[in-house]
Amino acid sequence: MKEQLEKIKASAFEALEQAKESSDLEALRVKLLGKKGELTAVLKTMGKLSAEERPVMGQLANSVRAAIEARLEARKTELAAAALEAKLAAEALDVTVPGALPELGHKHPMNIALDEVKEIAIGMGFQILEGPEVELAEYNFTKLNTEEGHPARDWSDTFYIKEDSSVLLRTQTSPMQIRAMEAIKHPPIRILAPGRVYRKDEVDATHSPMFHQIEGLVIDKGITMSDLKGTLETFVKGLYGEDSVVRFRPHHFPFTEPSCELDVQCFKCRGAGCPTCKGEGWIELLGAGMVHPKVLEGCGIDPNVYSGFAFGIGLERMAMRRFQLSDLRLIFENDVRFLRQF
Amino acid sequence: MNLSRKWLSEFVDIQASDREYAETMTIAGQKVETTTRLDQELKNVKVGKVLSIVRHENSDHMWVCQIDVGEAEPVQIVTGAQNVHEGDLVPAALHNSYLAGGTHITKGKLRGVASNGMLCSIQELGLTKNDYPDAAEDGIWILNDEGVTVGQDINTVIGNDDAVVEFEITNNRPDCYSLIGLARETAAAFNVPLKLHEPVVKGGGPGCLPELLDVETPDPDLCLRYTARMVRNVKIGPSPKWMRQRLRAAGIRPINNIVDITNYVMVEYGQPMHAFDYRYVGGGKIIVRRAGADKELTTLDGTVRKLSPDMLVIADETRPVGLAGIMGGENSEIAADTVDVVFESANFDGTSIRKTALALGMRTEASGKFEKNIDPMLTLPAVNRACELVELLEAGQVLDGVIDILNYIPEPVTLPLEPEKINALLGTDISEADMIEYLRREQVPVAEGMIQVPSWRPDLRRMADVAEEVARFYGYNEIPTTLMRGATTRGGYSDSQKLENKAGAAARALGCSEIITYSFVSPSGLDMIRVPKDDPRRKQIKLLNPLGEDSSVMRTTGLPSMLDILARNYAYHNKAARLYELAKIYLPREGQELPEEPKLLMLGAYGPGESFYTLKGTVEGILSQLNTQALRFEALSDDPSYHPGRCAALYVGDQRIGTLGQIHPLAAQNYGMDCEVYCAELNFTKLMTVLAPEKTFKALPRFPATSRDLAVVCGEAVTVGALEGCITEAAGKLLKEIKLFDIYRGVGILPGMKSVAFSLTFRAEDRTLTDADIEPAMERVLKALEEKLGAVRR
Repeated sequence: MKEQLEKIKASAFEALEQAKESSDLEALRVKLLGKKGELTAVLKTMGKLSAEERPVMGQLANSVRAAIEARLEARKTELAAAALEAKLAAEALDVTVPGALPELGHKHPMNIALDEVKEIAIGMGFQILEGPEVELAEYNFTKLNTEEGHPARDWSDTFYIKEDSSVLLRTQTSPMQIRAMEAIKHPPIRILAPGRVYRKDEVDATHSPMFHQIEGLVIDKGITMSDLKGTLETFVKGLYGEDSVVRFRPHHFPFTEPSCELDVQCFKCRGAGCPTCKGEGWIELLGAGMVHPKVLEGCGIDPNVYSGFAFGIGLERMAMRRFQLSDLRLIFENDVRFLRQF
Repeated sequence: MNLSRKWLSEFVDIQASDREYAETMTIAGQKVETTTRLDQELKNVKVGKVLSIVRHENSDHMWVCQIDVGEAEPVQIVTGAQNVHEGDLVPAALHNSYLAGGTHITKGKLRGVASNGMLCSIQELGLTKNDYPDAAEDGIWILNDEGVTVGQDINTVIGNDDAVVEFEITNNRPDCYSLIGLARETAAAFNVPLKLHEPVVKGGGPGCLPELLDVETPDPDLCLRYTARMVRNVKIGPSPKWMRQRLRAAGIRPINNIVDITNYVMVEYGQPMHAFDYRYVGGGKIIVRRAGADKELTTLDGTVRKLSPDMLVIADETRPVGLAGIMGGENSEIAADTVDVVFESANFDGTSIRKTALALGMRTEASGKFEKNIDPMLTLPAVNRACELVELLEAGQVLDGVIDILNYIPEPVTLPLEPEKINALLGTDISEADMIEYLRREQVPVAEGMIQVPSWRPDLRRMADVAEEVARFYGYNEIPTTLMRGATTRGGYSDSQKLENKAGAAARALGCSEIITYSFVSPSGLDMIRVPKDDPRRKQIKLLNPLGEDSSVMRTTGLPSMLDILARNYAYHNKAARLYELAKIYLPREGQELPEEPKLLMLGAYGPGESFYTLKGTVEGILSQLNTQALRFEALSDDPSYHPGRCAALYVGDQRIGTLGQIHPLAAQNYGMDCEVYCAELNFTKLMTVLAPEKTFKALPRFPATSRDLAVVCGEAVTVGALEGCITEAAGKLLKEIKLFDIYRGVGILPGMKSVAFSLTFRAEDRTLTDADIEPAMERVLKALEEKLGAVRR
């Protein structure tokens, strides 16, 4: 009987080893361990054994059963792992096949550049403001200290709506300075007013009769030119990186005094002079200045109590630099092959 | 303004390189645009001496010359010119030299004889007879009388050892349109002395000025000052070389001594001058007046100019002889036989000059200066300088006395120097002494705390103006850099801007790319989208001076702009486009000067897969992001821009918000598109007024939902919207969702009918529904569908 048990165990192990699928294992389990199985059949003959032999054989039979069961379980796990591996191998994909992405829309590069400016301004407490594009000459010129007869008022430079030159398409976002001061009345005022402006320029690679400016205005007690410098430097570093180098140059605008222009050191040549900066080493970025006392007075703000600064940025030039665009016409052409690049 | 650095050195001594000069001037407030070295064009051209000249053996018109150019060996050059003789000094372009216009000269053979360069005419050196009147018209330029040495670089002979600096002069500094003005700025920027010269006129010419000349200024508002002197017995001829070279560097063509003097003084002082031939000043009278009845004048350039009554002219007793401040008349021009000359040095009203020049389309050097409103105090020193030069050049006899009519009262301007206020504005701590020093450098004296503003500085009128002067010389880049202090402000977007940002983000997420189009459009755009003649959109704001018809009106609809861009992409063979723009339209308002400028959200698309329903879905998607509720689409068949059967008006509640649909094929055709084009126009400004309040959380359902599918057959005319409305109304409040899943026509369905299938979802908040709850609702729905819409269960 002992031999029988040993034989069952050996042949069971061999059969288990050869089983290929989990269903084979189940069949083996029934065959070996089931009620009509081989082991049971052997156990049924236990009665014929002597009283001394019975417990010994019983123990042996149990250990054979346990060994077979353990082996069966182990094989089950092995086969399951092999089956999973095979399944995964069969499911392998070509990961270089393009993803199934629904077509996304793209923001116009001009507005990407504009959003960057807005973001920095909001962080410094600026309110984003908008205003009319068909504007009164009063706001576009007169209240900005640009008297009658100033060349900017010429019909060759400005689009007019009324014969008496009183209504026009705004030539700058600066009238928003006046509108902001009139609307807010009591400083502190910190506004950023981006928008469309219009000048009588024929379309070419660097000109367009419609373009965009971003106007900034700060009015408060004790605002100084050093504040103007600090604020604009913060803008430039936010836009072009902490290592940007700027310089301020005197300039003239009718509605600011002192006035300045801000240049940023050429990114390409670091000031040495190259084609990008036309050999100057610097790129003109924006105009600014301390709000002219006449402008403050005209808006009912006492220049002896309050001071402020204003700045204006040309958005197209900024975006063109930001994205290395060579031709302004691309911006208004709106070719989807262009738009998709941003 | 172009400045010759050689000429400048007469007024200031500076040792800066061109780059340093440009940098220093720019930082001090006179921006240098470009610096042009004049010696960069002619290269390797030297003064040579003709040692021998023999006839070319194979030519009857060429000569073989041995030229000494100051090197060990003479150079052999073949020339075809006939005016060269042994011993002559000539310009010799050597091997590998460059001439005017970039012509490259290299050695070669001429009919078998080696020629190591070329002898030059003045034209080949970029010069004209005006520059060198004595030079041969047709032949080599003979330099024997030019005071040159053998081997000398030709650039130093013709005054090209110079740099011309181009300044961008700002409007507030008319004084800087002159050499003296820029010399003053240079002296201040480099802190070196300014060497000014007071003109001295000997005078003593024959005759008495008041008897010979009378000046009247009946229009004093346009003529602030008129100063004149007379020169008699002039000898018209070329001006000296130094004067011609300086004029050429300033970009002015030399003409003759008298005219050159007026131009020279204009460059030096910035005061335009004019010289009349006295013979043609009828009655010895100069009248500065409005043109009035005079209709035309032939100017120096031979052009007949149409005068309008308000234009200022210089006239004699009978007729205009010049356009004041712009150009002289042909009838009083200086000629070779001119004997007596009147120098005019006047100051005219800038605006009037500008308007006249603009109206006649003739901006001249003179008008360009006058329109900047130059200093009226300049007329006298300028006319004296001109007379001084006449005497220096021995060009005539200057009469004693000056005619000088002042139509304004020159008042000295003083203002207090306020160091504390200046420092407070600049954020600096500059001492009063330093401020006074900066102003002194600019020739602006300060006495006892009062600034004595010079007549040429009309820009200095208030503390802020003085602050700028102080800042310029203290250095803009030396001013500290600080951030704003004081009360903080709440920055950020307005509510409408936030919504625009949201709408843009939603549009992009739905595949639309953003475009930017012009606000002004062609009026024909309305015809192209088939807008009726009496449509309110036809009331457009017109530009009175547009660039062209294509950009002559402010748009009242965004449709043509969107179609233009779609059509352009289509023409570029882009397979598909899906676009949006958030921008304004401009609607005139009765009785108001400025129009209403509402914002539109425009959508446009063409390409594979685009349909009315993809467009509608996009609109719904964007609007749901904006929390728009009670959205309603109604069929619209009478908008001629759209396909009559594929167009809907969009409502939120009772408010009409916009239109969407397929563009009418005839309209699409007008844009050259033969595919299906879809557009939506939403009035964004109006939309903002009907948005639902902020979204709030609703508890998630605790009990499961039950679905029932329902297919009904109905007539084609019955809309899905009507079926849905009917079902919703009849089902009661247990119905939570209704979803269309199929519309079928064909086998099994009679012609003219369709089968429409919905999935209905029922749910209660407080229990799990059973058939007993749902069956009655379904029965009500079927009954209502049949009774109201004739739709029966399939």
